[in-house]
Amino acid sequence: MAFNYDKYLRLEKMPTLWCWGCGDGVILKAFVRAIDKLNINPDDVCVVSGIGCSGRFSSYVDFNTVHTTHGRTVAFATGIKLMNPDKYVICVAGDGDALAIGGNHTIHGCRRNIDITMIIINNFIYGLTNSQTSPTTPQGMWTVSQKSGNIDPTFNATDLAIAAGASFVARETMLDPKKLEKVFVKALEHRGFAFLDIMSNCHINLGRKNKMASAMENLGWIDSITTPLKKWEALPEEEKLNVFPTGILKEDKIVREYCDMYQDVIDFHQGKRKTITQDDFAKKI
Amino acid sequence: MATREVISNGNELSALAAKDAGCRFFGGYPITPSSEVMHEMSDLMPEVGGVCIQMEDEIAGVAAAIGAGMAGVRTMTATSGPGISLKAENLGLAQMTEVPLVVVNVMRGGPSTGLPTRVSQGDVRQAKNPSHGDYRSITLCAGSLAECYTETVRAFNLADRFMQPVFVLLDETIGHMHGKAILPTEEEVAAGIVPRKSFDGAPEDYLPYECEADQPAVLNPMFKGYRYHFTGLHHDAKGFPTEEIETCRKLIQRLEDKVMMHTDELELNEEFMLDDMTGADGEVLIIAYGSVSLAAKEAIRHLRAAGIKAGLFRPITLWPSPAESIKKYTDLIKNVLCVELNIRQYTEEIERVSGRLDLEGLYKVNGRPISPNEIVNKVKEVF
Repeated sequence: MAFNYDKYLRLEKMPTLWCWGCGDGVILKAFVRAIDKLNINPDDVCVVSGIGCSGRFSSYVDFNTVHTTHGRTVAFATGIKLMNPDKYVICVAGDGDALAIGGNHTIHGCRRNIDITMIIINNFIYGLTNSQTSPTTPQGMWTVSQKSGNIDPTFNATDLAIAAGASFVARETMLDPKKLEKVFVKALEHRGFAFLDIMSNCHINLGRKNKMASAMENLGWIDSITTPLKKWEALPEEEKLNVFPTGILKEDKIVREYCDMYQDVIDFHQGKRKTITQDDFAKKI
Repeated sequence: MATREVISNGNELSALAAKDAGCRFFGGYPITPSSEVMHEMSDLMPEVGGVCIQMEDEIAGVAAAIGAGMAGVRTMTATSGPGISLKAENLGLAQMTEVPLVVVNVMRGGPSTGLPTRVSQGDVRQAKNPSHGDYRSITLCAGSLAECYTETVRAFNLADRFMQPVFVLLDETIGHMHGKAILPTEEEVAAGIVPRKSFDGAPEDYLPYECEADQPAVLNPMFKGYRYHFTGLHHDAKGFPTEEIETCRKLIQRLEDKVMMHTDELELNEEFMLDDMTGADGEVLIIAYGSVSLAAKEAIRHLRAAGIKAGLFRPITLWPSPAESIKKYTDLIKNVLCVELNIRQYTEEIERVSGRLDLEGLYKVNGRPISPNEIVNKVKEVF
C-alpha cells in the first residue's frame, strides 16, 4: 500500500512554492516517512527552519513549526530543546543558511553535541534569491554574483561538522529516497547532534547557467560527485578531492549529549551531586 | 506589602527578580557591563530546574531565549548596547511572532565599542526601534537598586500581557551600584505573576493570531497538542505566511494598537517634589530617568535649601512615553531642564509630546556620571 503522507502534511499549504523538479519535496517526504517509521507522535516534533527555499519546509509539515531568521535555526532550536530534552527538535537549513550566515551556530551546535537533528539541504547555490554564490558552490561555476566563475573555495560541510564535534555525521543525496529515509531514521534515533549534508538539485538557479538545466542533468552531476564511503576510501588521494563520500561518516555513541550534561549542572546546584570534573566526560584534555 | 532587605547590586537584583518572576531560561553572551546578570543566572536557573546557557554570540543568546519563549517558558537575555545591535534582527522576529521575552540592557558608552566600562544612557533611542519595521517598544528604566528588581518583575508580567519583548534599561552606574535594597518578598512576587493567556479548546479550533484588533496573540506552549507555525513573515490567523492585503495590514496595525491603545497599563512615573508646584515664576521642573535621577533628587534638595522650588518628573516606562503626564507638567512649569547621559535622546520625545522647543538641557557623553552639583549649577545658570 502506498504511504499516506496526508497525516503529516498541511494539505491546505499545497502545492509548495518549490520549483517543478526540486529535490526539497523528495527530502520532505523521506523525512516524514522516517517520523512515521519511528512511530513518533507529531505533537512531540518541532521543526525549525531558516531562510531560503528550505525555510518553507517547516510550514508544510504538521508538527510544531518555527520559521526563524536567516542562519539561526540551531540557536532557536537550542532554546526549544533545552526546555524539552525528551522531544524531537529538527533543524532544516540551506547551504547558505547553515554554512554562511549561520556558520557559527552550526559549529557550536556540533560542539555542544545537543540532541538536535540538523538537515542541510545543500543545493550548492542561493536559490530563492536567484543564483548567488553559496559556501558549497563549486569553484568555476557561474553564479549571478560571480559571472566569470566562482573563485571561492568550496566548503566540505561534513568535514566541518566532524571537526566541530557533532557525534553523528552523514551525507546522502536526494537521488536515493530510500537511503535518505534510513539516514533520517538513524539520525532521529541518535542522542546527540546529528548533522546531515543532503545534496539536492537546483536546476533552475544553479543548473541553467552551468550546463545542467534540467533536474535530471543536475542530479546526474550530483551522482558524479558522490560515492559511497567505502568506495571513496579506496580512491587515490588526488581523486578523493573531487568526490564527496556518502553514508554515515561518523557515529560516536560515547560522547555525552548536552541536555544530559546540563542535568548534571542542575543536580549540582540542587545539591544532588558533587562538582563536575573531566572524569565525567569520555574525552579528557 | 511584605518586604525584605537585600544587599546586592543592580545586575544581580535583576537576575534575582527574573528567577522570582518565574523565568526559567536565560540565553546570553559575555559583555561589559551586564555580564553579572548571566553570572547570577548561571546559579539561579539550575537551582530551580531552569537553564542558563552562554551561547556562541549575542545573536544566538537572544535566539535561544526566544526559542525557549516559543516553547512556552518565561525567558530572558541580558546585554549592553553592542549586544542589542547584534540581537536586533531576532528582536524583530519576537515582535512579529509575538513571543514574550525580557531583555535587560545595562547601558555603556557608545556608539560602537564606545566606553565599555563607563556609564551612558545612549541606548534610549535604540530601545525604541532596535529592529526594522513597525512595532512598539515597551521599555522600562530602573532608577534605583530596588527598581532593578521590581522593574524586571514588571517586565515579565508585561511581556506575557502584551506578548512581545520588554526592555529593562539599567546603566553601568546602577548595574554595578552595591547597596541595600528593600524588595517585595518572593511570595508577594509569585502572587502577582500573571501568566500568558492560553487556548484550551479543541486543537482544530485554535487560531493563535486571530484576536481582537487591540489584543496580542494567544500562543500555547509547544508539544501540547496545538501544532501551529511561527514565522517572521506576515502571517494569517494560524501563523502561516500570507501576502493577502487585508491580513497583512491588520497584523501590523494590531502590533501597533495592542500597545498604543493600552498605554494606561504601561505608564509608570515618579513625581518627586512636584505636589507643591503652582506654576509660579521661578519654579523648576527637572526631567530625568535612570541613575541620573538619583543625582537630580540630590540636586533638588540642594536647590530647595537655596530657596529654588524644584521638582523631578521621572518616567519609569520610557517607551511608550507618558505623553499626557509630561505635558501636564511642561504646561504648568515654565523652566524645564532635561538631564541625560546622551545628547537629547529623550529630550526630543519631551519636545514632541510637550510641543515646547524652549527646554533647557544638561547632557553628558564622556562616560562619567552627572553629579548633583552640575545640575544645581546648570539650574542657576539657565533659569
